[in-house]
Amino acid sequence: MKIKVGLLFPGLSSLCIAAFTAGCTGVVIFDPKGPVGDAERFVITAAILLMMIVVVPVFVMGFWFAWRYRASNKNAAYAPKWDSSPVIDVVIWLVPLAIVTILASLTWKETFRLDPYKPIISARQPINVQAVSLDWKWLFIYPDHDIAVVNHLVFPAGVPLSFRITSETVMTSLFIPQLGSQMYGMTGMETRLNLLAREPGVYMGQNQQFSGRWFSNMSFEAEAAGAEEFTAWVQKVRSSPVTLDMARYEELIKPGAARQVTYFSSVEPGLFKRIIERYVPATDTAHSHRHGNHAPGGR
Amino acid sequence: MFGKLSLSVIPSHDPIVMGAIGGATLAALVILALITWYRKWTYLWKEWVTSLDHKRIGIMYVILALVMLLRGLSDSILMRSQQAFAAGGSMGYLDPDHFNQIFSAHGSIMIVFMAMPFLVGLMNIVVPQQIGARDVAFPFMNSVSLWLTVAGALIVMASLGLGEFSKAGWSGYTSLTGKQFSPGVGVDYWIWAFQIAGAGSILTSINFLVTIIRMRAPGMRLMQMPMFTWTTLFTSILMVFAFPVLTAALFLLTLDRLMGMHFFTNELGGNMMMYVNLFWTWGHPEVYIVVLPAFGVFSEVVSTFSGKRLFGYKSMVYATAGITILSFTVWVHHFFTMGAGPEVNIFFGIATMLIAIPTGVKIYNWLFTMYRGRIRFATPMYWTLGFLMTFTIGGMAGVMLASPPADYVVHNSLFVIAHFHNVLIAGTLFGFFAGYSYWFPKATGFRLDEKWGKRAFWCWLTGFYLAFMPLYLLGFMGMPRRMHHYVNPAWHPWLIVAAGGTAVILMGVLFQAIQLAVSIRHRHNSRDLTGDPWDGRTLEWATSSPPPPYNFAKIPDVNDIDAFMDMKERGTAYRRPDRYDDIPMPENTACGLAIGVAAFMLGFGTVWHIWWLAVLGTLVIIAAVIVRAWNDDTGYTMPAAEVEVIENRRRELLASAAAHAGPGKGYER
Repeated sequence: MKIKVGLLFPGLSSLCIAAFTAGCTGVVIFDPKGPVGDAERFVITAAILLMMIVVVPVFVMGFWFAWRYRASNKNAAYAPKWDSSPVIDVVIWLVPLAIVTILASLTWKETFRLDPYKPIISARQPINVQAVSLDWKWLFIYPDHDIAVVNHLVFPAGVPLSFRITSETVMTSLFIPQLGSQMYGMTGMETRLNLLAREPGVYMGQNQQFSGRWFSNMSFEAEAAGAEEFTAWVQKVRSSPVTLDMARYEELIKPGAARQVTYFSSVEPGLFKRIIERYVPATDTAHSHRHGNHAPGGR
Repeated sequence: MFGKLSLSVIPSHDPIVMGAIGGATLAALVILALITWYRKWTYLWKEWVTSLDHKRIGIMYVILALVMLLRGLSDSILMRSQQAFAAGGSMGYLDPDHFNQIFSAHGSIMIVFMAMPFLVGLMNIVVPQQIGARDVAFPFMNSVSLWLTVAGALIVMASLGLGEFSKAGWSGYTSLTGKQFSPGVGVDYWIWAFQIAGAGSILTSINFLVTIIRMRAPGMRLMQMPMFTWTTLFTSILMVFAFPVLTAALFLLTLDRLMGMHFFTNELGGNMMMYVNLFWTWGHPEVYIVVLPAFGVFSEVVSTFSGKRLFGYKSMVYATAGITILSFTVWVHHFFTMGAGPEVNIFFGIATMLIAIPTGVKIYNWLFTMYRGRIRFATPMYWTLGFLMTFTIGGMAGVMLASPPADYVVHNSLFVIAHFHNVLIAGTLFGFFAGYSYWFPKATGFRLDEKWGKRAFWCWLTGFYLAFMPLYLLGFMGMPRRMHHYVNPAWHPWLIVAAGGTAVILMGVLFQAIQLAVSIRHRHNSRDLTGDPWDGRTLEWATSSPPPPYNFAKIPDVNDIDAFMDMKERGTAYRRPDRYDDIPMPENTACGLAIGVAAFMLGFGTVWHIWWLAVLGTLVIIAAVIVRAWNDDTGYTMPAAEVEVIENRRRELLASAAAHAGPGKGYER
């Protein structure tokens, strides 16, 4: 009875993975809409399947040994002094080592390939977005289009999306699950994230790093539009009566819970840079070449 | 006079908080009344509060852990029910500020005031006996550690009724915990609770390092120490290195908050990344600090209940050493998404994966210990089997998280919550529960009720799967951790299932309470007369239950890893010594308690800017240490005649047990 349960587990778990990878509703990590998410789903699936080589025997042996060597089973062998076996030692050290070696080499390759800072190779010019996390909303500045939006991200599908991220508040993390990687935003620093949406659609975007009272309100729609719709949308934003300069920005950063979308028809040049430099001490700005990208990790 | 403290800081507007305060106060009053009614104040003072006996201190640690477990569990019920309600447009029933305090308190309490005291309690009860020692190396310092930990716990509890607790998570990331974003007293409570309990933990680790290195019975080589002692040794090493980093990080944060400095602020060159690195330099080893002793418990339990030597003892020791060293090389995996280059991330990713190798080896060693054994399914063995199956899933999730590209999409999601509860509940907590039921007869002299113990186990196991498997899925569904409310309707059903799981766990805890009550009630029928209720293999089973204050009338000679089993087999286990000797014993002292009270004054005074109280607390600590250090008369001698009386009483018990044919064997009839 218990042995059958033990054998059931690997079957069930592979079924579950199959269900995930088939893309059942709402499991967004297994239903990616871009190359970054595709590759990350592959890494997750590979890791789970490789680990099964170690996990499944644990379940089988756990149930089997517990049943077979129960005290009431006097037919089973009993070896109270048996406490070592070179063969078993070699197997239980080398098999996990082999699995970790395979997984590590795969991870090595994928970590370099999926570096969020690395531009996505494409025939199309990337679209640049400067993201600023505020309390508790997102500001997206489109430097190439001279527009800005609060709490709504629209970009053309099939075109690389290149983020530069900072924060006006505490640490946050910009994440659009169906497109792949997330990246922290931190005051006085700039981090980068490169994504691509393969097909048009409205995806969920959010702050993944807890940031205070109304953190839960920091979700936004990330809309991958067709080329024409995107151009039309840019025009629509440009017709907004509001523009974004430093004075307006000071208004914007006041803490608030509203999930309101705001369009700015133009943006003060160099605003993103100024937002970062507000927090860099004067002595440092004098040597700003050292802090060219205020990015951590020695980059 | 009272700094920032006034009547207005009592959250009288919040019925949930006031209910909790009322309940806690009522419970405390009932306990105080009962103590008075039964005239137990003198007994408590003389036998417990001022005691330097490591077994008594251990029991007090475990009681603290169980009380704080109830508090942490109440927090989790509030959180899970909030998330079960707050879907779509609903805001649930908790204000975001209250919800944020609850998850911050839950994490802080469960790690620092539940897991830590539980493991230190078990270490205290067991380790000196396992190595054939009469006490720990520094009995007084042991008492100081206990009362510092209690003081830290009281600071957390005080935040419930006076002011607020931190709203910034148990990890307290800056700059959210800086003065600018957290102007209230909550973060200060969190800082001082951690600082004071952390000081206690550092003292504990020094104590156990010295005890294990210096006080082993003659003949016990390092490679003959029981596995629980080994894991305690490695945990102590981790504590000695890791805790000072936390102390330093929190000290710098205190300077930021109190003195207006800028180590971790947004402005003036402050750097939040520095705090994050320092926190996890402690935080990651900390999870191994709490899990290694649990691994030690499983090793003892699986070998005892399989009636067999532990398989691959040397592998186990090397695997634990490997985990100890590696645990200091992986902290960056808590923030792969902070913008570090792939070179940095892959180093820490692979270092993390490497930990899976020694951990996997340990799992297989436990399995092969069962192979060709004679397995008795007592409650401790249930917890162990539940652990073996469930922990493996958590380990698999951990290896997945170690891969930076995988982490990029599940970082900070409920997947991470599922993973670390999977290893902390199914690993650490199941281990402590196994140890609790395994060593309970040793500590108290009677057994725990098996029937209620197994019922509690099944509730915990089912409850765990119901509460946390949906969180793995929710992580894949993109749900961030720490959400007060959410709009995505797809998440809702799974959060209801998780809330149901928490209810089942609550039932498990209820059954554990019933188990304790029933066991105390029937203690006369379940008395452990031999001191060896499970046919044990290590030296702690050689003493009576509960052991005499000196543990061993004559220090045993050790020839084997399973020293006591070896003695039983050679027929020397219960041999009467030729003569008894005088035994030097530590004298009780209230000095440890005084230092704990003073530390509370220091912490509480600083939280509320009541400076005279903080200064007074500091002075009392310094004075107490000086007075104690100058006192040369800190012990007494128990005369051989008294030892003989105690030992003779034990021999009578053994004889009566033999008449009833108890489970132990090999003693003289």
